[in-house]
Amino acid sequence: MPNLKDLKIRIDSVKSTQKITSAMKMVAAAKLRRAQESVEAARPYAVRMERMLGSLAQSVGGTEGAPKLLAGTGAEETHLLVAFTADRGLCGGFNSSIVRQVRTMIMNLKATGKTAKVFCVGRKGHDVLKREFSAEIIDNVAGLGRRGIEYHEAAGVANTITELFEAGEFDVCTIVFNRFQSAMTQIVTPQQLIPFESANSGAEEEETPADDGPKAVYIFEPEEDEILADLLPRNLAVQIFQALLESSASEHGARMTAMDNATRNAGEMIDGLTLTYNRTRQAFITKELIEIISGAEAL
Amino acid sequence: MTDTNVGTVEFELVSPAKLLVSEPVEMVVVPGAEGDIGVLPGHSPLIATVRPGVIDIHEGGKVRDRIFVGGGFAEVSSERCTVLAEEATPVDEIDRTIAEARLIEAKEKADVADETGVAEAARQVAIAEGLVAAAGLAGD
Repeated sequence: MPNLKDLKIRIDSVKSTQKITSAMKMVAAAKLRRAQESVEAARPYAVRMERMLGSLAQSVGGTEGAPKLLAGTGAEETHLLVAFTADRGLCGGFNSSIVRQVRTMIMNLKATGKTAKVFCVGRKGHDVLKREFSAEIIDNVAGLGRRGIEYHEAAGVANTITELFEAGEFDVCTIVFNRFQSAMTQIVTPQQLIPFESANSGAEEEETPADDGPKAVYIFEPEEDEILADLLPRNLAVQIFQALLESSASEHGARMTAMDNATRNAGEMIDGLTLTYNRTRQAFITKELIEIISGAEAL
Repeated sequence: MTDTNVGTVEFELVSPAKLLVSEPVEMVVVPGAEGDIGVLPGHSPLIATVRPGVIDIHEGGKVRDRIFVGGGFAEVSSERCTVLAEEATPVDEIDRTIAEARLIEAKEKADVADETGVAEAARQVAIAEGLVAAAGLAGD
């Protein structure tokens, strides 16, 4: 028979856990709303940037001397995977789904005899991946977006990546992040950044204005290569900025859902424990009554 | 969006933070890196870099809106004009004192910038100069 006092302690502890999880849920919901607003506000820019670069790439593509960021190094031996995870846990499958995706990608690359390198954004991904792939991890940054994500933070990450690329550290760069769908669903998305790949397949629910019809021949001012030299690093930063925003919105969404579940589970647990507690209490009372009555009868 | 009114061009101004303007306009003047570009309906396709300066939205032969942009890119097609700006503020909302403070700060940073930071610092100075100039326009 469980001890009444122990049960009481247990119930109290679950109750305080429930308080914490429900508070975390509230906080995540508030943060989610802000993050969602900023990710939705930023989407048009990233989409249009990509469209512009797409039209540029079409007219420059194939010509010799196209910038490396656009055309790649010609090889695809070394892949850089940029994993976007959160700095904190307690957000359901958010971090582990990224880690799983990165692990699969590394395995696939290794299986085909290519080299994989990993750049971790966010502490959690680094913590997990370093156990298995400490040799592959070349760098990590954490603590981004404590007070909302700033563009210059993304630019910093982009600079690091560009420098690595120029130093010939890798040939292909892919970012892996959670694309924000809703508070319930986050989609793990690998997106290739270098060389530039026009993501026509990226199913965006963006109202694309009517197509320009046949592919127009553009006038460039200044020359294509000058614009490209400006646009490519910028695009990199913008896509990373976008990934950071998506990832942060997803994180809060995932945390909110996870904490909602936890609160509900705690509630169920409390109900169960309270039931046991009451039954036990009743059993004690009955036992005591029986003792008293049988004691009285014996007299 | 698909309304192809002959007299207007679909103008979009986007900054990394948000979509600022998306509306049909009669004419828009964009400060291109090599000179101002006036965009009317039926303009040839064009991709240009934008210098820090002021975008004028014209209507009925007059300037209706003026928006400061801190550099970026413009893509023009016959019925659309998209400007990707690094930052954008309507000219009426620019605070002159803040703009001037920013210019001074940018200049100070440019003076102490090392080799790697010098280009970025110069860019910031150019943006701040444009902002101060735009603030001057607001009084007109």
